[in-house]
Amino acid sequence: MKAKGTVIKYGDNIDTDVIIPARYLNTSLPEELAKHCMEDIDKDFINRVQQGDIMVGGANFGCGSSREHAPIAIKASGISCVIAESFARIFFRNSINIGLPILECPEAAKDIGEGDTVSIDFDSGVIKNETKGREYRAAAFPQFMQELINAGGLVNYISSGKM
Amino acid sequence: MTQKILARAAGLDSVKAGDLIMDKLSLVLGNDITSPVAIREFEKLGKASVFDKAKIALVPDHFTPNKDIKSAEQAKVVRTFALDNDIVNYFEVGEVGIEHALLPEKGLVVAGDVVIGADSHTCTYGALGAFSTGVGSTDMAAGMATGKAWFKVPEAIKFYLTGSLPAYTSGKDLILHIIGMIGVDGALYKSMEFTGPGMHTLTMDDRFTVANMAIEAGAKNGIFEVDDLTREYMREHSDREFVEFTADEDAEYAQVINIDLSKVPHTVAFPHLPENARTPGNWGDVAIDQVVIGSCTNGRLSDLQRAADILRGRKVKKGVRVIVFPATQRIYLEALKDGTLSALVEAGCVISAPTCGPCLGGHMGILAAGERCISTTNRNFIGRMGHVDSEVYLASPEVAAASALTGRITAPEEVV
Repeated sequence: MKAKGTVIKYGDNIDTDVIIPARYLNTSLPEELAKHCMEDIDKDFINRVQQGDIMVGGANFGCGSSREHAPIAIKASGISCVIAESFARIFFRNSINIGLPILECPEAAKDIGEGDTVSIDFDSGVIKNETKGREYRAAAFPQFMQELINAGGLVNYISSGKM
Repeated sequence: MTQKILARAAGLDSVKAGDLIMDKLSLVLGNDITSPVAIREFEKLGKASVFDKAKIALVPDHFTPNKDIKSAEQAKVVRTFALDNDIVNYFEVGEVGIEHALLPEKGLVVAGDVVIGADSHTCTYGALGAFSTGVGSTDMAAGMATGKAWFKVPEAIKFYLTGSLPAYTSGKDLILHIIGMIGVDGALYKSMEFTGPGMHTLTMDDRFTVANMAIEAGAKNGIFEVDDLTREYMREHSDREFVEFTADEDAEYAQVINIDLSKVPHTVAFPHLPENARTPGNWGDVAIDQVVIGSCTNGRLSDLQRAADILRGRKVKKGVRVIVFPATQRIYLEALKDGTLSALVEAGCVISAPTCGPCLGGHMGILAAGERCISTTNRNFIGRMGHVDSEVYLASPEVAAASALTGRITAPEEVV
């Protein structure tokens, strides 16, 4: 499994209220949620994000509420992977469960800049910054987690008799 | 303590930090925001029924009484599912309260339980000596279907409490003080364990407040030792048997933090993170437009009583809106009978139905651009209570009530 895209970068403690404000939680439709993704800190995000882009954050990405709507909104906006220095635990779990690949890699999260082109090989955990010509290494997903993400999330994974 | 509870529910003699285990669940919780997503996922699983209709709690508390058509549709999805599946613990408006105040009150959680809830403040039940943690909707769906969840066993930080809190200082000051000390990721992936002689001086309501905000330090759960007060609370509210666990003398901790409760200051978290804790000398002159007293953090009877004690016989500052949310119907009724609500209404507060309401910017007290609110809720993120240019200051009921009288952030000692 691989991903490649342009980076959209944010800072530390990106919380689930800015990823998807609660005023939009009266729906759970992914495409509706995506329209408001990140709008409280970056009104232009949804206009400039391209299918396959990669989101990079600092420490404690996804802190706050347990709303699964947050990774759902990010995934539906077209983002192919989130890289951060660290993730809040419920966000981490939710992302894997809905099939949004996320990688914890402080070195990459610090060094990668807005607009860099980055490619990721999930089998090896290698993150390549093609703009800066540098390489970083995140812990690779174990086999079952890759299969879970490939299946599109936990529910499809359970339904396919894998668990 | 957490490790022992998790081991028991996994049928293991012991576990250690980092182990991946599969636990049997005592209860699976969802609300009107998270349950519709969980129900959609549950239906994809094609299971004929839930694992145990008595071990699921559906609590439509966030956007109820329904704030708009879309919210009404979401509440309807939950109601229909609850009726179709004969869910015992579904609570309709009229009996519903804020989930994390309601479940302990109804006796649905006791010491030794393993609880997951599709709401981040599910960690509240650690006050009872249970392991409880927030998860997402997909985990909730899997939990409803199988009665199980996987966990990575967390490391723990021990908070050793001594002394007792000063007057007009309560559990909220303590937890904001702690988050200010360790940061919003200070306990990331870890368990926060509260112990020591000072623990016994905290009321149950204070313990609920402290455990409730463990998530604001990134923790997986917060947990208190069980003592006489906990036992008394559980016997009063539940007829279920409970199992007590204590930490071993030689238990390993990632960190040990000693706190003398008598030195805990009034603490307010300034925008836009709960870790921006400031003590009275550093508050400056912050004018406020609104005061919110309530929520799963501070909407219990003693919270309302402490606010009423400060506001009784006085008037809210002209131009300030004070909104009070009793967390459950029972709390509402008790506060009605003992005169707490009269004191609040006479002072100029408005009393709302039990709901999460403005805490997450839902309804019943949304802020306009440039407005500031001092609130006993749990998050002050950008746009949390309304407009992206509004501000939320987190405080105890005592500080919130004192601020209601002056129209600026104020320590209780200044007005009593």
